[in-house]
Amino acid sequence: MAEARTTSRPFSVKRLPGFTTVAIICFVALYAPIITLVVYSFNAGTSVAVWEGFSWRWYAEAWQNEQVQDASIRSVIIASWAALIATTLATMAALATTRTRPYRGLTVIYALINQPLMVPEIVSAVALLIFFAMIKVSTGYSGLGYLIAAHSAFCIPFAYLPIRARLESMDLTLEAAAADLYATPWKAFRRVTLPLLWPGILAGAMLAFVISLDDVVITEFVKSAGQDTLPTYMLGQIRRTLTPEMNAISTVFLGISIGLVTVFFFLNRRRK
Amino acid sequence: MASQETAPTSPPGASAPDPATPDPARSEHSYVEEARRREVRGKWLLAAPALVVLLAAASGPLLIVLVYSFLTPDPYGGVEWQFSLQGWFQVVFARDIFDETIGLADAHLSIFWRSVQLSFLTTLLTLIFGFPTAYFIATRPQQYRELWLFLITIPFWTNLLIRTFAIMEVIRNEGIINTILMTTGIIEQPIQMLFTDFAILLGMAYVYLPLMVLPLYASMEKLDFRLVEAAYDLYATRFQALRRVIIPAVKPGIVAGAILVFIPSLGAYVTPRVLGGGKHLMLGNLIELQFGQGRNWPLGAALSITLLAIVMVALISYVRNAGRTDAGHG
Repeated sequence: MAEARTTSRPFSVKRLPGFTTVAIICFVALYAPIITLVVYSFNAGTSVAVWEGFSWRWYAEAWQNEQVQDASIRSVIIASWAALIATTLATMAALATTRTRPYRGLTVIYALINQPLMVPEIVSAVALLIFFAMIKVSTGYSGLGYLIAAHSAFCIPFAYLPIRARLESMDLTLEAAAADLYATPWKAFRRVTLPLLWPGILAGAMLAFVISLDDVVITEFVKSAGQDTLPTYMLGQIRRTLTPEMNAISTVFLGISIGLVTVFFFLNRRRK
Repeated sequence: MASQETAPTSPPGASAPDPATPDPARSEHSYVEEARRREVRGKWLLAAPALVVLLAAASGPLLIVLVYSFLTPDPYGGVEWQFSLQGWFQVVFARDIFDETIGLADAHLSIFWRSVQLSFLTTLLTLIFGFPTAYFIATRPQQYRELWLFLITIPFWTNLLIRTFAIMEVIRNEGIINTILMTTGIIEQPIQMLFTDFAILLGMAYVYLPLMVLPLYASMEKLDFRLVEAAYDLYATRFQALRRVIIPAVKPGIVAGAILVFIPSLGAYVTPRVLGGGKHLMLGNLIELQFGQGRNWPLGAALSITLLAIVMVALISYVRNAGRTDAGHG
């Protein structure tokens, strides 16, 4: 880094005055609010503004809060199912849409897969509210199934992208070699394609899990009474001001998301 | 859906023998055709489960929204199955409760206007800050770029609600900014920033900044700096090089970033709800209101379709433009 920045070089074609400053401001601005939130979650006092010393108090309170416990467990259950379903379906879809010559209807498949990314979330949420309300009336079922179905659907594109990227960079000749050695298509898939594809699938599953865990809007509209996930519980709790307990929950939540994404980043990096 | 397919990604070249080239084994033609047909059928079957889930829990419900926008509202929530244009009418017009005269629905129109305005400003703000940031990352030595990029994406993968909370913490009356300004004696009274349009704008710019930086970076990474060098050789100033060489070259990234930020901003729900304090609504909140307290599902459905239509127009014009830019560079 130091070498690239030596001041002895008088003129660099890449340098634009002020750009580095703005970039640094951006990075600071991105992290400062989050760090503030984390720091104040350790505040001993009831006030969220005045620092009264370090304490784990709010973590303990959040930990003992039964609503928080229920919401957390529900969040993890939904996210696990959604990640599992979305990743499985996305893997199949990715195998169907890569390494092939364009065929009739391929654009339709792309459009459907990407649809959740293009439609504003609020519109999807409203659509699911109406649709599931109709089903609820006619079947009487009001379990977590609706939330799992909704989350699986909007997680599909997120699981699909890394898997497709992985497939596209994979060498086709290995499978051809397997076929030459009399492997059946299924065997070739299981013994050659799948092991090579595994990092992509894992990445897709992690992204799907994080996306599902983070969702607020669709969950807020689809959930039945008493089906709060952690984000919708937090949204419901905040009326005018934050409580330090919310800061503590946010911090833990933040830690989990960042942890997952960091693990994903370094795994991905080492494999390259 | 003609035979001509324009898939976004071309298949990897040289992966399979090209059947378009003259094939000596003409007798095998029908066999090849048959195999190909079977392959396509297999592909469809493989994609089918994902498509079924998406149709059931994404595309299908959208059609129901369209149908609902043409029905009669039930005063207890839901709809009566009777055709009505009431919902669409109410998007723009309001009937005066006293003298039954028809006027423009000021409340709706002002919320529309606020949404468009704030989304536009959000896009502009993220571009102003995102452009130098993406440029900064793209000009780092190769091995550090990934790390800087990672630093941009971390906040993006953390919960939107939590990031909104974080902004709230910073700008509220007892928040960091006001505390600093008051202890340094610059102001006497805290500035009311929370629960204003400014708060929503700041929150959205904060939350969506990574969505601007990522596509900008993607096109800047491909930028050929020899062109910039050539510009300097021809006595261009830094500003001229930026305006005449760099910006035109990364234009696809700018447009993509703008689309990626503008669309979620327009439909934003969480950020205006938390930072606007229930007084400063945006389109997303207005839609929610119709399904909640408003008990006017057809109006809510009509508003949703309107939002969707605006987004689709933006996306289509983007795709058209992107296609043209690519063709232009030939």
